[in-house]
Amino acid sequence: MRLRGLNLRYVLRRLGTFVLTVWLAATLIFIIPRLAGGNPIAAMVGKISVAAGGAETAHSGALVAAWDARFGLNDPVFVQYLIFLKNSVTFNFGFSITDYPASVNQLIGAALPWTLGLVGLATVIAFVLGTGIGAFMAWRRTPSLIRSVLPLSLTFTAVPSFMLGLLLLWVFSYTLGWFPAGNAYSLGVTPGLNLPFLWNVVQHGILPALTIVGAAMGFWALSMRGMMVTIEGEDYMVLGEAKGLRPSRLFWRYRVRNSALPQVTSLALNLGAIISGQILVEYLFDYPGVGQLLYQGILNEDYVLVESIVFLLIVATALAVLVLDLILPLIDPRISYLREVPR
Amino acid sequence: MTEGNGTDTLLPGAPEGGQRRAVWLNFKLVAGASMVLLVVFFGLLGPLFWNTKLADPASSPPNLPPIWEAGGTGAHPLGTESLGRDILALLIVGSEATLRVGAIAAAAGLVIAVVLGFGGGYLGGWVDDVVRVLADSWVTIPALAVLVVLAAALQGVTADTEALLLALFSWPEATRMIRSQMLSMRGRSYVKMARLSGVSSAGIMFTEILPNMIPYVVASFVRAMAGAIMAATGLEALGLGPTQTPTLGTTIYYAIQGSALLRGIWWWWGMPVVVLVLIFSGLFILSIGLDEVANPRIKRYRYRVRRAGRRPAVPVTASAVSAGPATVATPSVGTEQ
Repeated sequence: MRLRGLNLRYVLRRLGTFVLTVWLAATLIFIIPRLAGGNPIAAMVGKISVAAGGAETAHSGALVAAWDARFGLNDPVFVQYLIFLKNSVTFNFGFSITDYPASVNQLIGAALPWTLGLVGLATVIAFVLGTGIGAFMAWRRTPSLIRSVLPLSLTFTAVPSFMLGLLLLWVFSYTLGWFPAGNAYSLGVTPGLNLPFLWNVVQHGILPALTIVGAAMGFWALSMRGMMVTIEGEDYMVLGEAKGLRPSRLFWRYRVRNSALPQVTSLALNLGAIISGQILVEYLFDYPGVGQLLYQGILNEDYVLVESIVFLLIVATALAVLVLDLILPLIDPRISYLREVPR
Repeated sequence: MTEGNGTDTLLPGAPEGGQRRAVWLNFKLVAGASMVLLVVFFGLLGPLFWNTKLADPASSPPNLPPIWEAGGTGAHPLGTESLGRDILALLIVGSEATLRVGAIAAAAGLVIAVVLGFGGGYLGGWVDDVVRVLADSWVTIPALAVLVVLAAALQGVTADTEALLLALFSWPEATRMIRSQMLSMRGRSYVKMARLSGVSSAGIMFTEILPNMIPYVVASFVRAMAGAIMAATGLEALGLGPTQTPTLGTTIYYAIQGSALLRGIWWWWGMPVVVLVLIFSGLFILSIGLDEVANPRIKRYRYRVRRAGRRPAVPVTASAVSAGPATVATPSVGTEQ
């Protein structure tokens, strides 16, 4: 197999890293709750009997034993581990403990569109905006007026997004009353593909989206600026200038294009962190996305749900990095794995 | 005219020439360090000036506003919250706890990073392969999500346990950074000289190379600390933090739970946020300053020494994004908010 810039050994090695990441993640998730000890079934039965007024406790021991057998908790740990791995790999997560008839897949399926819409869109906006700002910050020809405004975008770079969210909520929702304080749409509105509903959704999405964009933008701006600065020192920039290329061409084709790729890589690499970081934003704004689902799962001690979401997050990140690593040599001729890089 | 780029025109107090001594007088380094030290002193010296017993529930009348608002009293200058705790006392105790969690997590992570990064980078071969693959895989695992599961499973961690959990995720970034620096240090002539003189591998690593790596190690520590505090406040704001010691994050958690936003008790969540912003911004500016000290090429660029950076383009792949000499601070944070 010899695609441009790729060789079989490299592809295999990358696939190996991917499998290792997923396995590490699955194993961590398997081990953690078991290290903490306790019997989830007993805890659950205890909770149910408390909820039922604490009446029926005589038979709860038998109930626990029956369910233990049913869930295979009497099997040796190693067998449990293998079954867990098999189910994870086939995305067969089973049922949620608290929302019993609903399967984990159903719950995640209902929450995912909200997260993709909000976090996905906001992240893309933050990425594009931040990258653009970073590029112009590093360009000598940027008009000085614009240039003096650009650093303002860095204000919230170092601050976690939920803190910005608190501030925005307080100012725009509770004090000024311009935007709703939580949820993805008003309670009275029936979901459907009509304009009033969509407008309602947009209104609810603006504050959380602003939170994510405001906090993430500066990160992308700074790393873009760093890349642009590095590239300005390259010989091909000097050559381009000596050839008398138009400054705009030097800027877009020589510098921005070369700086953008590492940005994309960094985006893929940070995907998991970005998504999981927005758990807090969804929690703060009561947004019905995956982050909120995860938080509810923790509150209700629905470990099946929690473990499944975290596992999916890890797989998604690892997959994004894998795809990118395999695609990059195809789109960036500077990267080649045809020869072993000398160590 | 210095044709600066963006904000990077001459900064006040920035060294002009190449005096060796002046390097550490980097403006950002000093500014960032002062901000962090301010909070450190606040947390350490605060108990000498203020009664931290007031951080216990029901020790003060509830819901008092800060002194400058109507109804505020001098007995509780920053106000009190609904559980009857004094905000100033909470901030003093919380700052100390939050900084300690961050420092312990970063230190523990860095010990792992130095051992792995040095071992991998210097020894090469299969050791390096193992280190590289492990760090590359680990770095993509979404830390906060796994930490949430961990903290929830442990149910009621102490501050020190929390710090050790955070350390689980503070080493990969630092390992990659230190390893890549090690790769470039390994070939330097002073290392070859030491090897020819018969110094052992461990001797070369720790007595010859380590002193030269100090700026990078310190920069890694600062970043790891920022990342750890960010993850810690995230966990705490979700109610998964330490239950015995009040921290800045748990204060925010109680504020959210107590509907402080709705009831207009802004000082409840606002005050800890101010201190946290000071910590995060301080660490962030400090790390940029350290980068400039450790890697003067970034700084020299500012003064338009154009040809300083001549090296072949390094192929950048996902698994090597932070390889090569450190470019302008790419904080590991930003993403974990």
